[in-house]
Amino acid sequence: MYRYDEFDHDFVKARVAEFTDQVDRRLAGEITEDQFRPLRLMNGVYLQLHAYMLRVAVPYGTLNSKQLRMLGHIARKYDKGYGHFTTRQNIQYNWPALSDVPAILADLASVEMHAIQTSGNCIRNVTADHFAGAAADEVADPRPYAEILRQWSSVHPEFSYLPRKFKIAVTGAERDRAAIQTHDIGLHLKKNEAGELGFAVYVGGGQGRTPLIAKKIRDFLPEEDLLSYCTAILRVYNLHGRRDNKYKARIKILVHETGTEEFARQVETEWAELKDSQLTLPEADIRAIEAYFAPPALTARPEGDEAIRLARLDSKSFSEWLDQNVTTHRHPDYAAVTISLKGIGEVPGDASDSQMEAVADLAEKYAFDEIRVSHEQNLILPHVARADLKAVYDALVEIELATANSGLISDIIACPGLDYCALANARSIIVAQNISKRFASLERQRDIGELKLKISGCINACGHHHVGHIGILGVEKKGAELYQVTLGGSGDENTSVGDIIGRGFGPEEITDAIETVVQTYLALRVDRSEKFLDAYRRVGPAPFKEALYGGEAKAA
Amino acid sequence: MKILTANRLTDGEAVWYSTDHSWAEIIDRAELAQDKAAEAALEAVGKAAYDDNLVVDVNLVDVEVIEGAIVPNRLRERIRASGPTNRNDLGKQARPQAA
Repeated sequence: MYRYDEFDHDFVKARVAEFTDQVDRRLAGEITEDQFRPLRLMNGVYLQLHAYMLRVAVPYGTLNSKQLRMLGHIARKYDKGYGHFTTRQNIQYNWPALSDVPAILADLASVEMHAIQTSGNCIRNVTADHFAGAAADEVADPRPYAEILRQWSSVHPEFSYLPRKFKIAVTGAERDRAAIQTHDIGLHLKKNEAGELGFAVYVGGGQGRTPLIAKKIRDFLPEEDLLSYCTAILRVYNLHGRRDNKYKARIKILVHETGTEEFARQVETEWAELKDSQLTLPEADIRAIEAYFAPPALTARPEGDEAIRLARLDSKSFSEWLDQNVTTHRHPDYAAVTISLKGIGEVPGDASDSQMEAVADLAEKYAFDEIRVSHEQNLILPHVARADLKAVYDALVEIELATANSGLISDIIACPGLDYCALANARSIIVAQNISKRFASLERQRDIGELKLKISGCINACGHHHVGHIGILGVEKKGAELYQVTLGGSGDENTSVGDIIGRGFGPEEITDAIETVVQTYLALRVDRSEKFLDAYRRVGPAPFKEALYGGEAKAA
Repeated sequence: MKILTANRLTDGEAVWYSTDHSWAEIIDRAELAQDKAAEAALEAVGKAAYDDNLVVDVNLVDVEVIEGAIVPNRLRERIRASGPTNRNDLGKQARPQAA
């Protein structure tokens, strides 16, 4: 993985010193809250319902064991013994004192981490496929490009005060696991007919109150033009994006209102000025960054097949976990392991200090020191020898992180919602917990099959409800929580925004409503091979509406 | 009926302006404003505390008194006063004085 060079170390160290001084001056009353707020936000410090919240960047979701151990240490020393992994592959602490934040940032800097640009109207943490570098279906590892974008966008003077925040995602496979079409810029790393690397470029995707799917404005951008082309996009946005209305300030609105063709034309015009400038990436530089992400030396471990065969016979639960949480690796003797942070009835994305430390130990021992955070709020060990899977599983059972539910209905994405968040209108966590408990039986979950359920506690859609196969949006109506259900959303290479299915449900009703949706699907699917999303796309909303509201519609 | 609430600058702790003129970590003894004049007085207190860098995010919130206890109208404020509803080992509800 990427290692800080001297410049990076100095830069982060200088930022810690600068923010430490700003916190000191704020606590001494030398600067006002109005002056301080933008400074604290630039360093990832929010104010939520109960306390401050610190959002720490995990660039493209990649961590080593030392870093994850430090995240556990911070949870224990400065917070309340846990952290929350987010849909942006970051981690948030819910209870830090402002006066402790400088010490936390210094601890983070000691392991090459920081909280810079995790808030504010700038280019945020660049996200990537959590199986990057391991996936069998990958053209190339997308993370070197994410790292190049990170370096380019860090305190970029021209793009630090954009009309609104800006999110970039990169995937290196046809199967999109990074939801690139819901980002401001989505990059699909691919090869052209000549075998050269480049990107399909998507612009103007996003969720929030106006969900829009990104438009492809270029089918193949040579890799050396990555920065000049992104600069062109950002310039058009910076110039024409709306600054008068926060709700219309994202690039998705500009692309939508300008029209894709005209927007692409403006980008191309701008790019004509920038192409072949100093922004062109030298081949040597790309390869140098790439070298940081060189795959670990995966020695042959052919004994894995037999070991797994025997372990399967020995343990049904291991066998189920293997089928659900273990993904094919590009090396036949290895696998990528999804560590579910969605234990039945647990808080999606939360991990305790000791769990973080234990996962760090596992990564060090069995996974070449690498851990990933997925946007689905799970942790990944990307390179585990198949021969070691049983040992990893047994260790995960010990720390209660062996739930075999990856991709199933209880693998729920949920934002913190009204239990923590100052923007939320309704709770998300408790809804996720109740649904998880209702569908606790893994046998039943497997029978239902792949089903991505996503919950947001407000229209800002941090819980990605728009692209959930089943989405739940919490709103406040007449002082009470109400949950709107959307169906048919998807955040992959065939991205779709879910349809609002009808009137909302109260907190006591929403679990039953989800049960009804699932039962309806089970009754109408062609057979077990027809997944929920495929069935919904085949039949549309009508049977689900009938099942949810039919009786009352007839009575009315 | 309204009360005055904020978050303490140093640690973000949710606090309420209380009858003893302190910013308390619990809602129970919050000073109640029954009319516009009292609301204006509380607002002035809040502004002064904000200007003095004691608290941030100062707000008047609607409450009712139910069986002698102050209960905010909005769930948001009830959660601020007690803690996350999914974990009663966190927030005010986890502290001895709330028992």
